[in-house]
Amino acid sequence: MPISHDAHTVKQFDAQLANLRNLVLEMGGLVEDQIKNAVKSLDDEDLTLAREVIARDQIINGLQVKIDEDTITLIATRQPVGSDLRLIMSLSKAVTDLERIGDEAEKIARMTIKTYDVVSSPPSAKLLRDVTPMAKLATDMLHGCLDALARVDVEMAVNVARGDDNLDQEFQSALRRLITYMMEDPRTIGHAISVLFIIKALERIGDHAKNIAEYIIYLVKGKDVRHVSMDTLEKDALAE
Amino acid sequence: MNTTTIETKTALDGAVNPDVREAPLSSAQITDYDHRQTVGRITADNPKMACREVNVYYSEKHALRQVSLDIGANEVIAFIGPSGCGKSTFLRCLNRMNDTIVSCRITGHIQLDQDNIYDKSIDVVQLRARVGMVFQKPNPFPKSIYENVAYGPRIHGMINGKAELDELVYASLERAGLIKEVEKRMDEPGTSLSGGQQQRLCIARAIAVNPEVILMDEPCSALDPIATAKIEELIDELRENYTIVIVTHSMQQAARVSQRTAYFHLGDLIEVGETDQIFTNPRHKLTEDYITGRFG
Repeated sequence: MPISHDAHTVKQFDAQLANLRNLVLEMGGLVEDQIKNAVKSLDDEDLTLAREVIARDQIINGLQVKIDEDTITLIATRQPVGSDLRLIMSLSKAVTDLERIGDEAEKIARMTIKTYDVVSSPPSAKLLRDVTPMAKLATDMLHGCLDALARVDVEMAVNVARGDDNLDQEFQSALRRLITYMMEDPRTIGHAISVLFIIKALERIGDHAKNIAEYIIYLVKGKDVRHVSMDTLEKDALAE
Repeated sequence: MNTTTIETKTALDGAVNPDVREAPLSSAQITDYDHRQTVGRITADNPKMACREVNVYYSEKHALRQVSLDIGANEVIAFIGPSGCGKSTFLRCLNRMNDTIVSCRITGHIQLDQDNIYDKSIDVVQLRARVGMVFQKPNPFPKSIYENVAYGPRIHGMINGKAELDELVYASLERAGLIKEVEKRMDEPGTSLSGGQQQRLCIARAIAVNPEVILMDEPCSALDPIATAKIEELIDELRENYTIVIVTHSMQQAARVSQRTAYFHLGDLIEVGETDQIFTNPRHKLTEDYITGRFG
C-alpha cells in the first residue's frame, strides 16, 4: 500500500510529522557536511577544520536527543498506525544510523589530527590513495539515501543499497594494498593503521546508509528487508 | 455449501418464516451500485460462521453490499469503520437481530457451523442462545443480579433444580470476572452496579446460556478506561471457549483485543486481515486513511 499523502483530520498531527521529518533531514544534511569536512581536513592537512568537525559532533548528538524526544511524544499522544507508524519508526531508526555516521566522521577527523599534528613525516600519497574514491562512494550513498528519504522514493533507496557492495569491494582491495605496503616497508605500519581506521570508517558509513535505505523500503512497502539477499531486497522493494 | 439465498421481511420478534428463495442472487441484481471488492483473505482456517454475499436493505437503502466473510472458531474478530458503514448492521445479521426491523430485508447466506441461520427450520430464540449479544449500553433487566443471570438458563429449560441454577449463575459471574464484587449482594438490583460492572453482568448473562458466539456492539464505549481494560482482559479469556465478534469505534481497542480485523466503508467490506497487518500495513487506501485519521 503506497503512502497516503492526504492530510490528517487533525492538522496538528500533519505538522508534527512534517516537523519530525524536517529535523531528520536537517540532521542528515549536517552529517553529510561532517563527512565531507572530515575527508577534506585529511586531504588538506587542515587541523583547524578537523577540530571543527569534532566539535560539531555535539550538535548532531543534540539533534538525535531532540528527535527522540519528539518521536516519543508523537507515539504517546497520537498512537500512530499504518503508514504513520512506519514513517515514525523509520525516521527513528534512521536517526540512530545518522548519529553513528556522525561518529565515523568524527573518527576520521581525529585521524587527521593524529596523522598531521606530529613532527614525524606525513604519510606518503600512495597510502592515502584509496581514501578519496571510497569517501566519494560513501558520501554518494549517504546523499542518495537522504534524497530517497526526502522524496520517499523506493527506487533511489534500492540504488543506495546496491552501492554498498561496491564500497565493500573497494574496502577489501584497499585493505590488500595496505597489507602489501606494510609488508614491503614496516616503517609505514603506523600510518597504514591510521589509514585503515579511516577506510573502515568510510566502509561503516556505507553500511549505515544501506540501513537507512532499508528503512525507506519498509516505510513505503511495509516489507522488512533487513538481513535478506540483495535479490530479495530488490524483489520486495520494486514489487507492485 | 448450501447456496440458498434468503430474503426476510419479518415483523417484530421475527422468529417466523423468512421467505426462502431457491435461486441464487443474479449478478444483474448486484450491479446497481459501485460495489468495492474486499481486499484480503475472507476465509478462516476453522470457520465458526460463514457469510456469503450478504446484502441488507433498509427500505430502499442498500446498507450492506455483498459481504462475504468467515468468522473463525475461538477468534476475536473486530469490525471497524466510520459511522453508517454497516458494521453494526452486519453484526446484527449474525443472530438475526435485524429481523425485528420491519423495513429490513436481507439476502445472502449465513451459516453457523452447518446450519443456515436464515433457514425456515431455525428457531430464532435458540439461535440467539447460540449467538449471544452484548450491547453498547449495559442493559441489565430490572431484576436482581442473580435473576439477571438465571433468567436465560431458566427460560431455555437448561437446568434442573435450584442447586444447579446456583452453580451456573456463580460460574457465569466467575467467568465474567464479576463474582468477587457481587457474591455478597446477589439479591440487589442489577442496576445498582457501576457501569463497568453492569456490562460484565450483561456478559455473564450472555454466557449463562452457553453460547458459541458472542457478538459485542461497542461494549466499552460507555465505560471508563479501567472498566474497559477489565472487559478487554475478559474478552481475551473468553476466547478460549467462545468465538467473539466485536464492533468498536476505538481502533486501539480493535488492535488490542482482536486477531483479525475487518474494515467496513459505506456498506462495503473493504479489507479484512490479521490485525497486526491491518494496523501496520493495510493494503487498501480507504483502510489506511481511516486508521490513520485521514478522513476529512
